[in-house]
Amino acid sequence: MNFIYQLLNGIQIGSIYGLIALGYTMVYGIAKLINFAHGDILMIGAYTALSVLPLLNARGLPVWASGLVAMVVCGLAGVLIEKIAYRPLRNSPRIANLITAIGVSLLIENLVAKFIGTGAKPFPRVFEGEAVQVGDLKLSLPMLITVIVTLILTLLLQLFLRGSKWGTAMLATSEDYGAASMIGINVDHAISLTFAIGSALAALGAIFYLAVFPQINPTMGMMLGIKAFIAAVVGGIGNVPGAVVGGLILGIIEALSKAYVSTALSDAFVFAVLIIVLLVKPSGLFGKEMREKV
Amino acid sequence: MSFQCQKYWRPNAGNASPETREMAFLEVQKLNVYYGHIHAIKDVSFHVKQGEIVSIIGANGAGKTTTMQCISGLLKAKSGQILFKGNNICGKNPEKIVRSGLAQVPEGRRIFADLSVSSNIKLGAFAVKDGPEVLKARRKAYYDRFPILRERKLQRAGTLSGGEQQLLAVGRALMSHPDLLLLDEPSMGLSPLFVSMIFELIQSLKEDGVTILLVEQNAKKALSISDRAYILETGSIALEGSAKELMNDPLVRKAYLGA
Repeated sequence: MNFIYQLLNGIQIGSIYGLIALGYTMVYGIAKLINFAHGDILMIGAYTALSVLPLLNARGLPVWASGLVAMVVCGLAGVLIEKIAYRPLRNSPRIANLITAIGVSLLIENLVAKFIGTGAKPFPRVFEGEAVQVGDLKLSLPMLITVIVTLILTLLLQLFLRGSKWGTAMLATSEDYGAASMIGINVDHAISLTFAIGSALAALGAIFYLAVFPQINPTMGMMLGIKAFIAAVVGGIGNVPGAVVGGLILGIIEALSKAYVSTALSDAFVFAVLIIVLLVKPSGLFGKEMREKV
Repeated sequence: MSFQCQKYWRPNAGNASPETREMAFLEVQKLNVYYGHIHAIKDVSFHVKQGEIVSIIGANGAGKTTTMQCISGLLKAKSGQILFKGNNICGKNPEKIVRSGLAQVPEGRRIFADLSVSSNIKLGAFAVKDGPEVLKARRKAYYDRFPILRERKLQRAGTLSGGEQQLLAVGRALMSHPDLLLLDEPSMGLSPLFVSMIFELIQSLKEDGVTILLVEQNAKKALSISDRAYILETGSIALEGSAKELMNDPLVRKAYLGA
């Protein structure tokens, strides 16, 4: 029984990793950039949610509604970061982008630390409600909501990318900027849209994360961001369903190693997964074989 | 192929007289393009009249693709003008150029291999503002003509053969209902069967009222369907004339037609 609960915990935290990993994987797919500031965007989301809580409370709105505000704010923040920091470097070597991404990450963390403070702030309970009883199992509400919403959003995202005009335009742009602009797709808009969607999903991930660990600090996005990045790599970076599968695998390994091996070593297991994947199948579980164009 | 066209070199080649200028649908004037310090396109001028098929013929590296990419807005020229329907489109963004009625089938096809055939076709109409019914009818007409692609509608475009991919690339460009279609090496790497199919398609497009600017290495095939042609050599127009004239020109025959 305990094993099943641990597994469910893993699936819950794995869904959160998956949601955040979607942003990494989409941005990598289209901009060929590992956006190291992605974790900090979710931190911005957490602070945004916290700061709008009094307003929402005054209107009698539930705590989770702050997540919707955070999604909008983060979507805009993502677009802005791309526009200011990454767009001017679009034709530069990738290493310049990578270093810039690390710089943006540090900048955001330190701005927040400077102006808001480094102290951890508590976040109230996100989802009010009783656990759901299924047979002998008691399923917690945050767990159910996190997993179900993640799966639904992944499915919707996949439908959007494969079926809609702008979704296919984003995929087309990620494949070939030149050919995409030749048929009249505005590459800038397609990339902005990718950052907006990825960042909004990260904000949602942040809210689900706060439902498990209700504490906010300026560096909360670092470890979470790195784990989500590992999830994206495990699933095959650039692959949308792969990111969620990678997140679930990571979450389950983490939860089980915490429960049965050692709490202190659980992160080591997660990083070991990354090393093994990079050694055995560098393109990830569902990734395409990388062919460097000559 | 160490043939030089110096004898034929005319500094004003392609500069249309006032009357033809009035009729020119596309007019490129004194185009200059640089890659860094390399002067890739030197004062290139040519024009295409409405309803014509005009070919630009030249060897590898002559600047054919560079010229095409300038017209479709992918590359910025250093100087010169590109007039399309009387408006200067030089330096405009590709989106606006597509919307004004100019589409390009790029060299090497560049279809979206990870997307389905159907998505590729639909994306071709991305920039245009025609209604869904019009677009549906346009797609139907295309699939009616190439049933093989209708059969493979849901397949990943990357799984198509080279010839099918070329048909797809042309189809994608046609979905914006262009008045002028630029075709960059459409026969490259294709089996003879598909080469004939592509050239037949180009001719029938002309009958449908599409004006065509064709870039080709396969000079024989290109001249056989063209009204006029320009010979591009190391970034300059070396020779121009009606397709018939060029086909019978001894130097062209020797250098480009292998006869």
